[in-house]
Amino acid sequence: MSSIEFRKDLFADERDDDLKEIGKPTIRQDILGHVTGRSPYYDDHLFDGLLHLKCLRSPHHHAKIRSIDTGEAERMPGVKRIIKPQDVPHNLNTLLSLINFGRDDEAMLQGNKVSYIGEPVVAVVAETELQARKAVKAVRVEYEVLPHVLDPEEAMKPEAPVVNEVYPNNTFDYHELYDHQKLRFGDTERAFQAADNIVEGRYQLSPIEQAPTETCGAIAAPETNDRYVCYTGTQALFFSLGTTAKLLDMASSRLHFVGGTVGGGFGGKVDSLHEPLAVLGAHLTGQPVKYVFDRQEEMQVGAPRGAERWYIKDGVMNDGQIVARQFTGVFDAGAYSRLSPYAIIKATGHLPGPYTIPNVSSNVYCVYTNRTPATAMRGFGITAVDFSIEAHMDKVATHLGMNPIELRIRNSYRDGDMKAHRRLAKNTALIECCQVAAQKAGVRLSPEFANDSSLKGGGIGSRIEIPETVTDDVGKIGDRRRSNTPIHPFEGAGHKGKVAAGTRGEQVIAAPAQDHEMVIEPGRDGYRGPSNGSGPLPPDETQPSAPMEPQSQPPVVQTPLPATQSPQPPQIAQTPTPAPQPEPYKPDKLFDRGLKRPGASRFISGSRRR
Amino acid sequence: MSKTPVQFSLNGSSKAIFVDGGANLLEVLRRGLGDLTPKYGCGQGTCGTCTVLIDGEPRLSCLTLAETVEGKSVNTVGGLADGADLHPLQNEFMEGFAAQCGYCTPGMLMSAKALLDKNSNPSREEVMEAISGNICRCTGYESIIDAILRAAGQRTGRAV
Repeated sequence: MSSIEFRKDLFADERDDDLKEIGKPTIRQDILGHVTGRSPYYDDHLFDGLLHLKCLRSPHHHAKIRSIDTGEAERMPGVKRIIKPQDVPHNLNTLLSLINFGRDDEAMLQGNKVSYIGEPVVAVVAETELQARKAVKAVRVEYEVLPHVLDPEEAMKPEAPVVNEVYPNNTFDYHELYDHQKLRFGDTERAFQAADNIVEGRYQLSPIEQAPTETCGAIAAPETNDRYVCYTGTQALFFSLGTTAKLLDMASSRLHFVGGTVGGGFGGKVDSLHEPLAVLGAHLTGQPVKYVFDRQEEMQVGAPRGAERWYIKDGVMNDGQIVARQFTGVFDAGAYSRLSPYAIIKATGHLPGPYTIPNVSSNVYCVYTNRTPATAMRGFGITAVDFSIEAHMDKVATHLGMNPIELRIRNSYRDGDMKAHRRLAKNTALIECCQVAAQKAGVRLSPEFANDSSLKGGGIGSRIEIPETVTDDVGKIGDRRRSNTPIHPFEGAGHKGKVAAGTRGEQVIAAPAQDHEMVIEPGRDGYRGPSNGSGPLPPDETQPSAPMEPQSQPPVVQTPLPATQSPQPPQIAQTPTPAPQPEPYKPDKLFDRGLKRPGASRFISGSRRR
Repeated sequence: MSKTPVQFSLNGSSKAIFVDGGANLLEVLRRGLGDLTPKYGCGQGTCGTCTVLIDGEPRLSCLTLAETVEGKSVNTVGGLADGADLHPLQNEFMEGFAAQCGYCTPGMLMSAKALLDKNSNPSREEVMEAISGNICRCTGYESIIDAILRAAGQRTGRAV
C-alpha cells in the first residue's frame, strides 16, 4: 500500500539478498479460489447424513458437578448419541504436552468441576442443529456453585479458591521450582539506590477475542478404510491431529486430517477443541459429525488473547540513562494452561524491550482464574509488555522533562550490545526508526540524536558485558500462597548469592523426553548435544564458567523446546527437590493397528522415515 | 416438519426444491442446492459474508426465509464469472490483493456488484457505504475499496 515506505537502505549492508518482490504488488497463489468462492473451507464439504454436535456448557464460573441426567434428552427426536465425559477415552490433556511442556490439566468434556462459564460438560449429536440445541436444553446437570476468582492477583492470595487442581497454587510451576519465570541480569536493587530518579508504572490489557469471520469448527466422517477424515479450520493441523490421537487413544495413522484453508484465525484456531470431539462423535455414531461454534460460542468460549498486567520500575539518571529496570508481570491464563505459560517464556526473552539497560530483573506469573482459557493471538506474550514498556518510556520522559524520542535513542540497543537474556543484539534499527518517526511527526531532534546510528557505539565496554548477577530464591512453588508473600518480587527476597560476571547461564538442558523415540541419538540429523556422549553437563554454581571473549561467541544454539529458549538465569542452577510429577500419559495398550516393533512409540504407527 | 416447494432462478438457471418451514436461504443454497459460494459467518446478519443478490438487491441470505424467494432471481458469486472469464470485480480483487483469508470475499463481491450494477461510476464514499455491512477481519478494506473503484473504471487517485 502506498502508505507504507520500505527502508531497505537501513539494512543494506546486512542483507545482500534482493528478492525483488518487496514493495511490489503480487498475486496470491490462493486468490483465484477466494474470488470465485471455491476455496475449500472446512464447511464446504457436503456429506450425506451429516449429524450436528452441540455442547452443554457451564452456566457458572466455578461449580462442582453433582449429577448429570441425560435421560430426557436421549429420548428426544433426532438425538443419535449423547457424549458424556466418561465416553472420552483419555479425557485429560494440555495443548503443549505434545512438545513436553506443562502437565495435562484440561478435560475435553468436564465431568467433575467446571471452572469457567462455557466449559463443555456433555455433547449431544443429533440429526439437525435445532434438535441438538433442544436436547442440550433437556440435559439436567446439578451444580454445586463454588466461590470463584476472576482477578489474577486475587487468585494468588492464600484464601482464593483453587481454580485448577493440577496447579493447586493457582500459578503455573516453572522449571518445577518457582511459581513464576525469573530473569536476573546485574543488580537492580543496588542500581536503584544509585539512580537519580525512580519511575514506577502499572499497565494492563484486557482480553481480546480474535473473532474470525469463519467460526472455529470441524467435520469428521468415517472413511471406508477404518480411518476418520476430518475437515477442519484449524491453524495448527498437527497439533489438532496429535491432540485427537491422544484424547481418543487412537493411532494417528487412523486420522486423515484436511485443513489449510482458514477463514481467518489470528491465533484463535490453535486450541484443537473441535477435531477430537467431532472425530469422537463420528466414531460413536458411525456417521459424519459437524461440530462448530456459533457466533455467541465463538465470543464466549473461543479462547482469547489473555489479559496481562505489568508493573515496571525504572532507575533513571538525570541525563535520561536508564540504569535499572524491574518487571512484575501477571498473565491471566484463565482456567487452564493452553499456551499462556509459553507466552511468558516469550515475554521474558523479550525484556527489557529494545533498550540496553545494565541491570534488569523480572518475575512473571502465569495465574489461573475462573475465566475463559487464553491462547494465542498475533504476537501474544510480546504485545502487552511492549505496550507497557513504551507507555512507561513516555512516563519516564515526562518525569524527566525530556523529549520521548530522544529518551528512546539515548537508551536504544545497538548492534553488538548484550541483552538481558544473554544474547547479543544484532540488526538493530530502533534509532533509525525513531529518527524517521520524528521526521514524519515534525519533531526536531538535537544533532546528537539526529545523527546517531544503531551501527555506532554498540558492543563496547560495559555494553557487551554480562554483569555480576545477584540471585534470590523467593517464590518457590507454594511459598507465596502459604505465607501470602506479595507478588512484587523484590519485597522480602531472600538473598541467595551472586553469579560471576560473564556467566552466560547454565547449559541448556532439554526436559527428558517422555518417549525414547523422541530422543535424538548422536549421529542422527539434528543432533546438537555434547560430542563426548556423556549427556548434558549438570550446572555447577560453585564453578561459574570463565567470562566469555566476545569475539569468540559461538552461534546461538537453538533448541526445539520453548522451555529451553527461555533465559535461564544461573540462580536456578541449584538442583531442586523435584516436585512430584505425574507420570506422562501412555496408552494402556499398543494401538491395534500399524507399527508393532518392540519398544516403538505407542503414538507412532505405520511406516516412518528414519 | 412440513416442506414447502420453492421455485426460483439461481444464477440464471431455474431451480425447484422442497424446503423445511423456516429454513433460511443460506442453508438451502449451500446444503440443498450445493452452491457453496455464500459463506456462513455469524448467522445473525452482522458480518455480511452470506450476502447474495435477490432481484439485484444485496440481501443477507442467513436472515432470508427460503420461501420468500419464490419466483425471484438469486445471484451468488458462483455465477459471477462468465464461463472461464472472470468478472472485472474478480479480476481487480485478484490483481489488487483484495483478499487475505478470503472468507468475506463472496459477500464483498456481491455487495460491490449490487453497487456497480446501479452506479457505474461511484465515489469512494459510495463504495465504502456499499460494503459497510461486510466485515473483513483481516482488515484489508483499503485494497478492497481500491479494487472496486478500479473495477468501476475509475482512477483511484488516492493521495499518499
